[in-house]
Amino acid sequence: MLILTCPYCGQEADETTLHAGGEAHITRYGPGSSDQEFEDYIFARQNPKGVHFERWQHAYGCGKWFHAARCTTTLEVFGTYSAQTLEPPKEVTDLLDEKRPGWSWGTLK
Amino acid sequence: MKRYSAFAIAREAARYHTGWERAWRAPIPKKKYDVVIIGAGGHGLATAFYLGKNYGIKNVAIIEKGWLGGGNTGRNTTIIRSNYLQDPSAALYEKARSLYETMSQDVNYNIMFSPRGVIMLAQTHHEVRGYQRTAHANALQGVKTEWIDPQRVKELCPIMNIDGPRYPVMGGLWQARGGTARHDAVAWGYARACSDMGMDIIQQCEVTGVRSENGVVKGVDTTKGAIDCDKLGIVVAGNSSHVSEMAGFRLPLESVALQALVSEPIKPCMDIVVMANTVHGYLSQSDKGEMVIGGGTDGFNNYTQRGSFHHVEETVRALNETFPILSRLKMLRQWGGIVDVTGDRSPIIGKTPLGNCFINCGWGTGGFKAIPGGGWATAELIAKGEPGPLAEAFSLDRFREGRFIDESVAAGVAH
Repeated sequence: MLILTCPYCGQEADETTLHAGGEAHITRYGPGSSDQEFEDYIFARQNPKGVHFERWQHAYGCGKWFHAARCTTTLEVFGTYSAQTLEPPKEVTDLLDEKRPGWSWGTLK
Repeated sequence: MKRYSAFAIAREAARYHTGWERAWRAPIPKKKYDVVIIGAGGHGLATAFYLGKNYGIKNVAIIEKGWLGGGNTGRNTTIIRSNYLQDPSAALYEKARSLYETMSQDVNYNIMFSPRGVIMLAQTHHEVRGYQRTAHANALQGVKTEWIDPQRVKELCPIMNIDGPRYPVMGGLWQARGGTARHDAVAWGYARACSDMGMDIIQQCEVTGVRSENGVVKGVDTTKGAIDCDKLGIVVAGNSSHVSEMAGFRLPLESVALQALVSEPIKPCMDIVVMANTVHGYLSQSDKGEMVIGGGTDGFNNYTQRGSFHHVEETVRALNETFPILSRLKMLRQWGGIVDVTGDRSPIIGKTPLGNCFINCGWGTGGFKAIPGGGWATAELIAKGEPGPLAEAFSLDRFREGRFIDESVAAGVAH
């Protein structure tokens, strides 16, 4: 069973108490953007085989949304962090450099 | 290749079964093919079969990283139906269903197609309205379905408890010509027919890169060397995003795990297929007597081909109320497949940003039922370079243009 630690309330939460929210760090486009930008924002997903940054809600806990870094081929969790950020924190990317050398994520890396 | 027939069985019985041939060849890949198809699952093999049969294109290789039919084609609950709400979906799935009816003869391989009938149960008022609407839509589309009342549901499936306190049965959408088929045989039948036409099925060969020049595909790099091609078909279901990244474009897909399980075998007690979408469960009885149960998808991206246990628990718990007979059955096996889900829960069959590279993906939880139709439409797309009437609406650019084929309400979970 997938277990994530909520970065807000510190609880270890299993997946039955969480709600998955899909890919994280998506650039949100607004009025005046091109069709291509809207399509990328709403539909295009990296859906990688490997390192995935994603959104989760601690639905049956504190109710807050947070981010997690996880591997989609092994289900290994590399860490969770606050959603109030545009990119993953350094400790998570350092761990990724160590465990998954050569990892990539769209425009972030 | 020798034909399978009653006479062949008698002939082989008389000589200790020494004369059977291998069903398909295991060739060394050539340097170049007219068409290379990545993925020897149902849709990939069907695409190759109809390329040969309908368009005479037989210099074709089908490349598979594992073994043929070992992905979702060998992992589904084998349900075939075409009672979809939107016109393009109904046309495509009905084409597939009608091709299934004659497929055993077409490929000379018994796929055990069993048009035993499919009920989709309505267990909430919302579903009653939704399925009545679908029944009317199907009448206009020429797909034969009917709305039936709870008593008729009980007659068709006597083991069902229609008065459950949480999930009462309020009626159902009945498609008498729906049913099941032997899923492995569908892959094996197409593979044997493709091999017989001279096509090369290359198993244990993973694609590691897609080569292109000036925006046009030139070939693929594989673990068995480089293979050139004029046209490339990507038909890899859950791995579509992974392969499309090699080809240099992104897809509107997310890959998630979908699970199924079978019980111990019991005596025949149910001769139809029942789908209960409110509780995310669907049920049929296999020829061996096992109850075959399908569940819902997990919410998170996953490539591991195994799903979360709590989804199995939820499915079985909910089905127990409607099928009390299940409560004492032991479950024998449980497994998962990786399904590629689009935003509007409809597939993608179309051209890609890379020239001469075509894609068939996004079937989500309902690809098996569509295999012959999806293959037929993709073969037309690859042969002509432009989508035909079946595939037209399913193009990749529908997401940019807002032309969704919204099946998420009608069939989002239990395809």
